[in-house]
Amino acid sequence: MKLKKNAKIKGLSLQFLPFSEVQDLSIAERVKKILNLVLGNKIVILHGRLRAEEEARLIEDTMALVDHVKDFKGIELAVIEPSLKDKGLFVKFKHGLAKSLIGDSNALTVVGPASIVKEIKKDPKKIELMFN
Amino acid sequence: MIKILKSFSKRILRALFGGKDNISIGFYGPPNAGKTSLANRICKDWVGEELGTVSKVPHETRKVQFKEKVEIKHKGKALTFKMVDTPGIATKIDYEDFIKHGIKKNVAKKRAKEATQGIIESIKWLDDMDAVVVVLDSAENPYSQVNITIIGNIVARNKPVLIVGNKVDLKKADIKKVEAAFPEYDVVGISAKDGVNMDEFYESLFKLTKEI
Repeated sequence: MKLKKNAKIKGLSLQFLPFSEVQDLSIAERVKKILNLVLGNKIVILHGRLRAEEEARLIEDTMALVDHVKDFKGIELAVIEPSLKDKGLFVKFKHGLAKSLIGDSNALTVVGPASIVKEIKKDPKKIELMFN
Repeated sequence: MIKILKSFSKRILRALFGGKDNISIGFYGPPNAGKTSLANRICKDWVGEELGTVSKVPHETRKVQFKEKVEIKHKGKALTFKMVDTPGIATKIDYEDFIKHGIKKNVAKKRAKEATQGIIESIKWLDDMDAVVVVLDSAENPYSQVNITIIGNIVARNKPVLIVGNKVDLKKADIKKVEAAFPEYDVVGISAKDGVNMDEFYESLFKLTKEI
């Protein structure tokens, strides 16, 4: 396997991935799907968020690829989700129920190749993608 | 409420059947946060020898290293545990970053390869830990996804977690920001290098092991 060369970025390739496209996949398949897109120099925007163990698997598989794929340096990863800190109990309950039924549909997960996305700066109110 | 009930039932079970003898406490976090510095500080305080080497170059620790039966005493109580220092977890490794620190290309490439394997090893060891101390650099942005992923994985495995904001000796350190990022967890600000606030850290460590 060889990473597509993209020495200079002339455009930005964003790949939107609806949660419905990954929800029935196993952890390994889900991570593979995301990494295949990233290896194609795409910035993946997943509607929803991965579970903690899936994020860990994403990191493990990324490291295995860094070891084996020429020019692949890894990923930048960020999850954006609405803060429920100051919301009422009903809103939190509604959010929790929706999360258990259809996954965390209020969240967005951004995964980009480290060769393109230098850094994703995140704080509770904003997200910034810094490019190489 | 559920947390209180869980903690209460754990204490009852422990009182009835006795506690776990061989406690493993893992030190996790991003690279260069000071995990080995903290492990060394504890070793110097209680064992008399250091655990590993530290460096300004990221990914100095590339293999899991541990010290069996570290015994610490605090306010009349004693705690014996296996201290597990893990390689820093990151989502990217670029050997060119090591070259910028003056490392030769072939050594940098070897270091990068070992670092990727170290990250995989760190994640695999998580299942064997009884409790985890997450070491963060309090001068860095705590909202990084790696920090959130590490803590999320500890919580998903039902393991107690203590967050340490290291490097409070630095001008840019902002322990309040670390506390604000993780309001549900115990956060202790320390300087492992200078031994600042270690008493509070040991106090929190005892508290952490009670949750096992």
